Amino acid sequence: MASKKKNPSGKTYFFDKQENINLVLRVFYVLCALLFAADFVINREIYHSWEKLPGFYAIFGFVACVLLVLAATQMRKVLMRDEDYYTKQEDAKPTKKKDGK
Amino acid sequence: MIDIHPSLLFFFAAVLACVLRGHVRSAMMLAVPVFGALNLWQIGGSLTLTTSFLGYTLEPLRIDDLSILFGYLFHLAAFIAIIFSLHVKDTVQHVSALTYIGSAIGAVFAGDLLTLFIFWEIMAVSSAFLIWARRSDRSYHSAMRYLIIHVLSGVLLLAGALFIFRDTGSLAFNEIGLGTTGGWLVFIAFGIKAAFPFFHNWLTDAYPESTPTGAVFLSAFTTKAAVYALARGYAGTEILIYIGAAMTCFPIFYAVIENDLRRVLAYSMINQIGFMVVGIGIGTALAVNGAVAHAFNDVIFKGLLFMAMGAVLHVTGRMNGSDLGGLYKKMPITTILCIVGAASISAFPLFSGFVSKSMVMSAALKEGYDWVWICLLFASAGVFHHAGIKIPYFAFFAHDANIKAKEPPFNMLVAMGIAAVLCVAIGCYPHVLYNMLPNEYEYTAYDTTHVLAQLQILFFSAMAFVWLNLKGLYPPELPSINIDIEWFYRRVIPCSVRCGLAMAVPAYKATTGFITGLFRKVVIGNLLRHHGEHGVLSRAWPIGSMVLWVAVLLCLYIILYHV
Repeated sequence: MASKKKNPSGKTYFFDKQENINLVLRVFYVLCALLFAADFVINREIYHSWEKLPGFYAIFGFVACVLLVLAATQMRKVLMRDEDYYTKQEDAKPTKKKDGK
Repeated sequence: MIDIHPSLLFFFAAVLACVLRGHVRSAMMLAVPVFGALNLWQIGGSLTLTTSFLGYTLEPLRIDDLSILFGYLFHLAAFIAIIFSLHVKDTVQHVSALTYIGSAIGAVFAGDLLTLFIFWEIMAVSSAFLIWARRSDRSYHSAMRYLIIHVLSGVLLLAGALFIFRDTGSLAFNEIGLGTTGGWLVFIAFGIKAAFPFFHNWLTDAYPESTPTGAVFLSAFTTKAAVYALARGYAGTEILIYIGAAMTCFPIFYAVIENDLRRVLAYSMINQIGFMVVGIGIGTALAVNGAVAHAFNDVIFKGLLFMAMGAVLHVTGRMNGSDLGGLYKKMPITTILCIVGAASISAFPLFSGFVSKSMVMSAALKEGYDWVWICLLFASAGVFHHAGIKIPYFAFFAHDANIKAKEPPFNMLVAMGIAAVLCVAIGCYPHVLYNMLPNEYEYTAYDTTHVLAQLQILFFSAMAFVWLNLKGLYPPELPSINIDIEWFYRRVIPCSVRCGLAMAVPAYKATTGFITGLFRKVVIGNLLRHHGEHGVLSRAWPIGSMVLWVAVLLCLYIILYHV
């Protein structure tokens, strides 16, 4: 998983080093490529006509997730509120019980 | 031969937990699920206990293939969750947790709707204490909303049961169907507990507000009891397929942008229940088996994820993705256990989710529900994205938040360890689980097609995550909340009431002011004019004039008398 890490204490951890991140990513890309290629070698059983497309599952997985994230990001514009959005209102009430004991 | 009703054992333990303390209480609590499971094993395959109450025939205990699986599952979940919460000193939590487990077990063994209703309500009340036990303002309000919604579910169940009794003359809890009013009422009651769309918000509202250990109990029982009830009463009801498909899809959008990681898990829980609901709706032997197997696995892997997040919350006191990160350095064991849970929920081959989720999807395809199958496929990719990657990534990796942390208490690690081992064991030896399923059906999860397709979809979903992250398109974790259906009852309705009052109060004041003004002017004014200080009727008159007027009146009287 990719992310740039700072070095917090003296000790260096695995993902603190950029080359380790790159290594993990490269292994991951190779695995992806192999899985995609496997579709041309291995004969999958076909239950549905869409599955005939080579790499159907790979393409579907990628496209679905990108669309999911992009759509969710757009949803933020409508749905996102401050953390105290509801509590502000609840606190404004004059009579309020302190806890549930 | 029955030794004891399975749920009574837990109620008895709850009473004991009130008085016992320390290691004695811990030992007692650990022993209860073990004895309970042994007791259940001794009772064996099938048994019905019938009794009569006020002229109703009741079945407080009905054990068959379907209920016993859930019975064992709840004992197992109870055992793991109790280990996870052993370090807790709070008696309220232990007592309510034991009562809650007992009522959930009672609900799945209820053979009639009245018994089901009673356990249904005990479940609602006892579980609310696991939220209140956080003892914060937010959790207080959240538990109140939770309780109101669950009591509503109970009331609907009771009303439905009475309708059914009027129609059929029996309270037996068997296949119900949607043909009658009673059937619909019970369906909605179950639907509220199973977090159907529009009824789902209690789950995402309350679970993240509960205690770190409470969420583990909550995630195991309420919704799974509802899944059991749906499987018992509504297997093969077509509308469930579409409800389930909606449940698998809409929460993943919320989960991607949600900041509170336990709320992400709550949304992903709705998504997983969606798979079970689809399976129940399809209703074939394979589909129902898939739904039940998935419920079994979900309790374990979702429990594991809630435990991992509970451990993080326990150690750091934080739960927002925006505050966490880099914990793999300080909590390596928790990280690995969380990744096992994440791999299981994402249905990686060799992990438990894979062997049950594929059953539901195969059933959907086999029965010709192509679009539902596409929804499930989308949801599978989505669940990997938010539960499989997002949870471990933002908690344990991502940017290093430099939080003080260490591994959680030993009992927490043991509980997570047991759950993780089960996830892998079921994933590797699915036949142990398959043999326990209610319907006879031969199913093989591990063939080339399934494994390859699943691996492709998962790896390329991960590829999408990597790509979006590298491009900077992935939505960052922001301190925020997202509005959902609860917006209506937490904002719109209170605001309308408040606005209504804000308008009504001045209007009321103006109207009453006008009326009193008028009253003062007309009535009081006239009285003042005649009886006031200078009023004609309040002048001081001499006695002579009074005598004169009496004489005048007497004369008038004499005249009138003689006329």
